[in-house]
Amino acid sequence: MSVDLATVKRVAKLARIAVTDEEAAKMEGELNTILGFVEQLDEVDVSGVEPMTSVMPMEMKKRADVVTDGGKADDITANAPESVDNFFLVPKVVE
Amino acid sequence: MTELTRLTIAEARGKLSKKEITATELTDAYIAAIDDANGALNAYVAVTPDKARAMAKASDERIAKGEAGALEGIPLGIKDLYATEGVHTQACSHVLDGFKPRYESTVTANLWADGAVMLGKLNMDEFAMGSSNETSFYGPVKNPWRAEGGNKDLVPGGSSGGSAAAVSAHLCAGATASDTGGSIRQPAAFTGTVGIKPTYGRCSRWGMVAFASSLDQAGPIARDVRDAAILLKSMASVDDKDTTSVDRPVPDYETSVGQSVKGMKIGIPAEYRMDGMPEEIEKLWQQGIAWLKDAGAEIVDISLPHTKYALPAYYIVAPAEASSNLARYDGVRYGLRVPGKDIIDMYEKTRAAGFGDEVKRRVMIGTYVLSAGYYDAYYLRAQKVRTLIKRDFETVFDAGVDAILTPATPSAAFGIADQDLHADPVKMYLNDIFTVTVNMAGLPGIAVPAGLDHQGLPLGLQLIGKPFDEETLFRAGHVIEQAAGRFTPEKWW
Repeated sequence: MSVDLATVKRVAKLARIAVTDEEAAKMEGELNTILGFVEQLDEVDVSGVEPMTSVMPMEMKKRADVVTDGGKADDITANAPESVDNFFLVPKVVE
Repeated sequence: MTELTRLTIAEARGKLSKKEITATELTDAYIAAIDDANGALNAYVAVTPDKARAMAKASDERIAKGEAGALEGIPLGIKDLYATEGVHTQACSHVLDGFKPRYESTVTANLWADGAVMLGKLNMDEFAMGSSNETSFYGPVKNPWRAEGGNKDLVPGGSSGGSAAAVSAHLCAGATASDTGGSIRQPAAFTGTVGIKPTYGRCSRWGMVAFASSLDQAGPIARDVRDAAILLKSMASVDDKDTTSVDRPVPDYETSVGQSVKGMKIGIPAEYRMDGMPEEIEKLWQQGIAWLKDAGAEIVDISLPHTKYALPAYYIVAPAEASSNLARYDGVRYGLRVPGKDIIDMYEKTRAAGFGDEVKRRVMIGTYVLSAGYYDAYYLRAQKVRTLIKRDFETVFDAGVDAILTPATPSAAFGIADQDLHADPVKMYLNDIFTVTVNMAGLPGIAVPAGLDHQGLPLGLQLIGKPFDEETLFRAGHVIEQAAGRFTPEKWW
């Protein structure tokens, strides 16, 4: 499979990365090189093989359903580019 | 390199406990070495001398009171992807501009609890995506090694290029690193240092900037096998904050160093003999086999039939996980924000300005392979291939093999801004051909320096072990180290 320029632009949109026409054209070539490389996986017979979900056999750890952390609003917003009163500020999203 | 910075961790530990030197003297010697070298090598992206001196002073007080920890007073460098409270933590990306976490990663917290001293944050490929340290927002690191009689600048490997260069040039006693596809072992091999990626789940990933969560694992880069064992003991732990942290006690790895390999079964995989592999890599491999045989190990030929599919499967799984992990960089909660006409425009402009080319490429590949209609063909198939890769290893371990010996890299360090490698992204990816299988199977792997190539540049061998059997790697790695000797670059900086 390979990607065309329109697909590159669509994927960039999905990935939320602004690309110029020039960048998209360059990416088209690079992405096709990588997709060409991974195509060799088609040679492998994977019938009846389970996809890997956990590389080490382990049971999902569960913790007690209690509050163990919190009250850190200042810490959480400390690195925000813009915040007021422990809220993150973003451009208007509802009219 | 002063007398003090020449000491290994084990040697410094001895002198500190006998009060022949102080942690403050040792730390000052490293700070002076960094001041002298970092302009040329660019190994550190942030140096923290005040913090280092305060930590060293506290270490000296604990030593005086007889309360020294396992790493008391030992100055370390920390890869920029470990969250360090109040200190530069950007995974060398522009998108994390100005980020100073309000918390400490579990791995670094473990090191400080054992008394280690932080010298600063080390350069790396952006978000650990790269094999040459050239994708860093802070510019490439120069390898302390140069070809004999040459003055061309070489890469230190990546992504832990700053860690490897700093250890090799004696700008820290040891360093933290991380390995998703070879990012500890390849730079260790390129700089004549020892690097171990432990079993997946051995070190907590909490507080490490995530790249590909099912593959990422912390580990040390050190000057010798013993120091690597000392560091791993402190870095590893069982951590409730990481659900993939495995509930097993951490062994005292140092006791394995120096133990015999007599009767140990070492597998030599046929599939690692690649077409076009340089003759000196083959020669180095044969030398390693001879050393282990001389030490009493039994050498057996083995087959890992799905080896060639590990790298292509990795370039689906890792970018897929990266595209998901890196979705958090949106200009809202931390780091860079580029204003836009609405919130979507702000996201897109922030990510366009904040990510470098290699990171964008991988996020794009990951987004594509996970997008509607392509998931089964790419991601699901790659995860099935991953099962087969792991099964290959299980089969040979079940047949009685204790460890597997391979070359660490297909070549020695290459030049900075190599035209050939930059024209084709896949060529750069091939650097990880011998290391990436280990991440795909979650196994431990160690790279140990084993010789020099025809230009006088270091080359390494890799040992791969069974899950949670790092001890065998330290034993066998030490045998190679004893036979090969130690490798230190000539100072030119």
